[in-house]
Amino acid sequence: MEEIIFCRGGGCTAKLGAGALGKILSKLPKNRDPDLLVGFDSNDDGAVYKINGEQAIISTLDFFPPVVEDPYLFGSIAAANALSDIYAMGGEVKTALNIVCFPEQMDMNILGKILQGGSEKVIEAGGTLCGGHSIVDEEIKYGLSVTGIVDPAKIYHNNGCRNGDALILTKKLGVGIIMTAHRIHMDSEEAFSKAVSSMTFLNKYAADLLKEYEVHACTDVTGFGFLAHLLEMLDGKHTAVIESAQIPYFEECEQYVQEFYLTAAAQKNRNHVGDQVEFEDQDFVMEELLFDPQTSGGLLVSVKWEEAMEIVSRMRERQIPAQIVGKITEKQKKSIIVKGRKNK
Amino acid sequence: MKHFVDARGLSCPLPVVHTKNEISLMKEGEAVEVLVDNEIAVQNLTKFANVRNHSIKAEKLAENEFRAVITVGRKGEEAEEKEKDTANEESCSVFRRNHNVVAISSDRMGEGEEALGKTLMKAFLFALTKQDSYPEAIYLYNSGAFLSCEGSDSLEDLKFLEAEGVSVYTCGTCLNFYGLTESLAVGCVTNMYDIVENLSKAEKIIKP
Repeated sequence: MEEIIFCRGGGCTAKLGAGALGKILSKLPKNRDPDLLVGFDSNDDGAVYKINGEQAIISTLDFFPPVVEDPYLFGSIAAANALSDIYAMGGEVKTALNIVCFPEQMDMNILGKILQGGSEKVIEAGGTLCGGHSIVDEEIKYGLSVTGIVDPAKIYHNNGCRNGDALILTKKLGVGIIMTAHRIHMDSEEAFSKAVSSMTFLNKYAADLLKEYEVHACTDVTGFGFLAHLLEMLDGKHTAVIESAQIPYFEECEQYVQEFYLTAAAQKNRNHVGDQVEFEDQDFVMEELLFDPQTSGGLLVSVKWEEAMEIVSRMRERQIPAQIVGKITEKQKKSIIVKGRKNK
Repeated sequence: MKHFVDARGLSCPLPVVHTKNEISLMKEGEAVEVLVDNEIAVQNLTKFANVRNHSIKAEKLAENEFRAVITVGRKGEEAEEKEKDTANEESCSVFRRNHNVVAISSDRMGEGEEALGKTLMKAFLFALTKQDSYPEAIYLYNSGAFLSCEGSDSLEDLKFLEAEGVSVYTCGTCLNFYGLTESLAVGCVTNMYDIVENLSKAEKIIKP
């Protein structure tokens, strides 16, 4: 089965580069509708459309080629990843539709497992799976189109950081590196299973807790990597000071980066945003982690500094490996300053 | 040229991995020619060469064909490079850390019943994780060394503190004495000079 289902680099590494995409999107004609609260303009994760004073619908979709051989796990990961956009905007999941590309001659049981993994995640999210669309394709691809609901006054925008905010990251970085090592069979079983658990873990739990606090900006870290998603969040108005020592990551990545198990996508991410980032120390491993494309990565949240500590400790009580990774400051020459790691 | 890697049609990380494997068979000054079909692969090869101190020249041969020639640098240099100490640079942290040092000389807190003392110590370290600011470092010595080793009830808390930027140091002589050298599960090993120096420098020493 491994040979059949395997793709050339699944998950969010399969995303188109952010640079290339931005150019095209900026040229598309736009139809202004005052009830469209969030659209392409702000690089946000989904669209938000106001239906009335209390409710807005969030629409988002995400799908990609297999990132792991096991079809059930692939389904769970793809679904957790697609559902994440709703959480990144502060919403609740309501309905989901399957998006399926599947080779005609392949065993339908494989598709069954993929869909099972996906639908279980939708149920865990509190949503209802209610249909979908499938087409014949040479390679498998799977994902969801998800609809959620949010109070228009409580949408988490991805660009509302304020000076002095703390940045919280809720999942470890490095799943892209581990999956790259996995593709060439150089990973350890332990690293692989940690990365898979992280990818199938819903951002719902972090998002639920955040509802009790003032969230200034929120996004989920996916294919463009930590730094590019952070840069979108800063929106050209702020600088973020990142403490490398606080970045949560899978420790096996140290070794995998030294062995150069690196994706093309990480290099594209570097090309896209690298010149806006100042690394104070030469730390190749940390750089690669910060550029690493994440599949179903964590939430990156900008919150009041005074509340950050409490948020992080409460998240940890719920087995969310959250960390305060940096601080928002006034705009400086570089948009992101990455401080070195001590004692490394 | 003797050494050649045709990585056309291969996606990252394979071009670099194949090149790395070829280089492992080569001597300093020898060159390997690598063909790839996209520019990102050239960039990843360049990154690899720079980190490993090899020199690289790359050129575009056709629309989807690039050639990189990597000349092997002095082997072992990369190790020295890594040793270069940047750790001493005093970076101004945005995190709540104070200049206190916690010195833990026993696996229990206070005198009296052993079981109570151990419970108290566990509670002390847990409470430390809940403070608004964290100490600069924690030094564990004598039977305090048990706390940072496998089987300790406080490992989670010490790991949490370490992740928050607190340096956790355990006395090497003590680990050795108790036969714990192989079981250290968090932080680094330290020696008496370091302990003396850092306790002397601390703003306050917290000793449970």
